Formats: sequence, structure tokens, C-alpha cells
Amino acid sequence: MSDATKDYRFAIQTSNISRKFGDFIAVDGIDLSINRGELFALLGPNGAGKTTTIKMLCCLLRPSSGTATIMGHDTQKDPIAVKQIIDLSPQETAIAEHLNAWENLSLMGRIHGFGKEEVKKRSEELLEMMGLTNRAKEQVRKYSGGMKRRLSIAMALVSDPQVLFLDEPTLGLDPQSRRGTWEHIAELKGEKTIVLTTHYLEEADNLADRIAIIDKGKIIALGTPDELKDSISDMQVMAIKAKNLTDDTVEGLRMIYPETREVVNGIEIKAKELNFNEIVDYLRSKGVVIESTSQKQITLDDVFLHLTGKELRE
Amino acid sequence: MRFMILAQRNFKEMFLDYLSLGLAMGLPVVMLLILSPISRVEVMFSPANLAPGIALFAFVMLQFSSSMILAKDRDSALLSRLLTAPLKSKDFISAYSLPYIPIAIIQMVLVFGIAALLGLETSGNLGIVFLVLFIMSMGYIGLGMVAGSLFTYKQVPYAYTTVLLLTIFGGAWFDLAVFGSGFQSVMNVLPFAHALDAARDVMVQGAGFSDIAVDFYWVLGYTIVFFALGIFLFRRRMVE
Repeated sequence: MSDATKDYRFAIQTSNISRKFGDFIAVDGIDLSINRGELFALLGPNGAGKTTTIKMLCCLLRPSSGTATIMGHDTQKDPIAVKQIIDLSPQETAIAEHLNAWENLSLMGRIHGFGKEEVKKRSEELLEMMGLTNRAKEQVRKYSGGMKRRLSIAMALVSDPQVLFLDEPTLGLDPQSRRGTWEHIAELKGEKTIVLTTHYLEEADNLADRIAIIDKGKIIALGTPDELKDSISDMQVMAIKAKNLTDDTVEGLRMIYPETREVVNGIEIKAKELNFNEIVDYLRSKGVVIESTSQKQITLDDVFLHLTGKELRE
Repeated sequence: MRFMILAQRNFKEMFLDYLSLGLAMGLPVVMLLILSPISRVEVMFSPANLAPGIALFAFVMLQFSSSMILAKDRDSALLSRLLTAPLKSKDFISAYSLPYIPIAIIQMVLVFGIAALLGLETSGNLGIVFLVLFIMSMGYIGLGMVAGSLFTYKQVPYAYTTVLLLTIFGGAWFDLAVFGSGFQSVMNVLPFAHALDAARDVMVQGAGFSDIAVDFYWVLGYTIVFFALGIFLFRRRMVE
């Protein structure tokens, strides 16, 4: 990307960025333009290329081809300038286990060049924000998974980065901790440019300004959550709660409605035109006991299924 | 001097590894006490001959401990986070090496202090001996950086064992001539035998710096190479 083509409205720009590992193409020619202050989610299943993309943007992986800029700085030509303005909360909990929360925050703040007093002030705010003040002096190896994750996010914030990368920030957390973490991330919206990777649909739907759905290293859809859902608004989704469903019955239904999927205690069928009577008659003829039927709102999972032919959690 | 912040953390981490630290300090002293009585029948085990070998034996623990901390951080996600900080590979290598310098000095003081109590006599300048051994200790730390950059946490002990054997068979406790000239030639390519020869020549034969200059520069050259290699390998790991 030449200087002439750089657009400083964007916090992050990538041009045809790719990464191969041997013959395996992890990221395949991604073009992204992420606005300043935007919370941008990369949504996709495990192995889709989300973390590889993040690592390339954080100067931790060299792209096989293509370029990326963060606030106008080329990630390959000027990594130190990029590292001055970014921070990352990696997928795995990245903390120094033998240090306490204060020391962990101090390590990250001061390594980024902040003074002792400034780091102390920011640490106080962050510990308060993440609900860790009371246990800030304990060695963090004694923390629960949720507390470690919150500290990990706080460590990415202590350097006050312009661009924050959160790689699967709620992975492995219980629902309560996950919701708590979402609230903390939501508080940062607009203040910083945030790139979030996730394979939780609700996370992307609730938090993101825009979502890129990524599969097999390629971006297959990009837009706001509503835009993505609207893109298949001409589709109908029918949820059927039923008993005695067999694989053969579901397979038979798929012959007519390819986007039929099994859910807990039933099935969901998506199509442009659904023949309600035909479906009910078919199921009853196969001995299925129908408990309830309902028309369902389109979700991002439906979008993903529609685009890729598979469910996000597969 | 941002790397000093990371060095401080590594210093704490090192002190929390009681076992490695205890072995690095205690084992050489124990070995010295066990082996020195043999000096009555074998001159190789006189305090002047033994102390440099025991010092090198102690330095191997520096190689082990420094590579373990680096490899452990590499294996965890912590290093990924640290790598997003605006530090260069030489900053990281400095931060992971610096905490071991005071330990190397304490080891030398301990080994030579105990050796003095056991009757160490020196014909030459002990300052030269300390200089050569200090450079060698840095070489071991440099080797630790190479092993830590190259190997996983689980592989590091194999690198340690290799370096330990090379040190022992490099003349720490044996006269290299015992194994024949072929073996001696191979071991003379490495720096360990040169560090030992230089230290022993100064203490036993009263050699001056000019007499041991070749050995000194041999050790210094290897130390520089080990650190340069550590930085190179770490840089390769920084951006894969």
C-alpha cells in the first residue's frame, strides 16, 4: 500500500493480506478497512483464520503476501511504531502467574514507556473497572479463570492503546463472567478502535459495530449485524420442537429444504418459501411427535449457515 | 531502558524458582567439599585446579535457569503479549540475561571463597581468573538464550544435559589428555576447555594476561557468538 493510497480515516487497513503455513492457506487475501473508534468483530469457527489475522496485524506473524497498516504505519516496515499504539489480549490468558495484579499491570504499562505514577493511576482505574481491586495484591495464579481473563484484558488497556485487539476475550468463561466481560468491552466502545475475534454469535451481535464473517481464511460477509441479518431477510426460519426425530427423517427433510438443522429438542428449517403443512405432514408420516412450531427471527447463525452451509460451532 | 522493567520481572521470577537457585548456589559448594579431599592423591583435584571447574559446573545452572524462564514464557501466551510491546529482540535478550549476572558473581565468590578455606593458593593474578570466568559465565547465559529461543520448556533440560556433559568432558574435572588427542582437539574447539586452561594457568603457573590471551579471546568470541545467535533466533521467533 503506497502512501498515496493510505486513508487515515481508517485505523486499520489491509490489502490482500494472506498467510500460508506450508501448503495450508490460513488467511486468503483479506481486504479490510476498519474505522477509527469502531468495534469490529471477526466472527468465524475455530481455524477460520481469525487469530492468524490478528497476529499479522499485531506484527507477530509475517504475511505471506499483502500489506497491513495500523493508523498509517506499515506492520512490516515499521513494527515498533505500530507496537507503540496497539495492545493485544491474546486468546490464552497471558499473565505472569507469580506476580500480583498490580505488578502485572505495572509490567505492561511501564514496558510501553509510561511513568510509575501514570501506570499506578491507570491501574487503579482498571482494577476498579474489572472488579479486581480487592484481590489486587494476591498472586494471580490464585485467581479464577474469569478473574484472570479480566486481568488479561486490563493488561491490554493499561498502555492506553489507540487500537486494541481482543482475541476470543470470553473463551472458556462461564455465562456470568462472559456477560461481565461484555459490559467492560462495551464501556470502551467509541473510545478506542477495537478488533474482537469470537466464535460466539451473541458476542458479535451485542458488541460489534460491524462484523466480518470469516471462513477458511476468507471474508465471506461484511456489514453491521442488522445488515447481515437483512441480507437473508427474504428467508423464513421455522423452529419445530419435536420428539422421535431420527437422522433419516432430518435427512429426508434436507432433500426438500437444504438448510435444515438439528437443534436441542427439535429442528430449524430455513428457506425462502416454507410450506408449513407439507413439513408437518412429512414429520407426522415419519412418526415424529410435534410439540410446538414457531416462526423464528433471523440470527447471525442463520446468516453463517446460509453463507457456508454449516453451523458456526461445527 | 524499557527492557529493565522486564528484567525486574524476570529477576523476581528467578528468585521464585527456589530449586534452581538453590542448586545453582548450593550444588557447586557441595561438589567442592566432596571432591577437594581427593587432592591428597590426585593433583587435578587441588583447590586451584578444582575451583575453575566447579565454577563452570555452577554456570551450567545459569544456562538452564535462564533458558527455562525464556522457554516458559514462550510456551505461555505471556510472550505474545510482551512481543506486542515496542521492544527489540536485543532488549528481550538483555531482559532475560541481566538477572543472572549477579548470580554468576555470587557463584564465583562462593566457589573461590570456599576454595580459599580449603587451602586455595594462587601464583597469578586472581583478577584475571575472575575476568575469564565472568566472560565464560556470560557465555553460559548466552547459551541459555539460544536454548530458550530454540527449544520448548520440555526440551530445555536436554539442552542443559548436553551443555553439562560438554563442560564436564571439557576438562572441568578431568585432564583432557586422558581421553586422547582426538577428543582433546574436539573439546578445544569449544570455549569451556579454554576458560579452564586460562584460569588454571594463572593460578597454578602464575601466567599473565598475555600468556592466556588466546584462551581469553576464544572464550570472549564464543560469548559474543552465543549472544548474537540468541538475538538472531529470538528475532526469528518474534515474527514468525
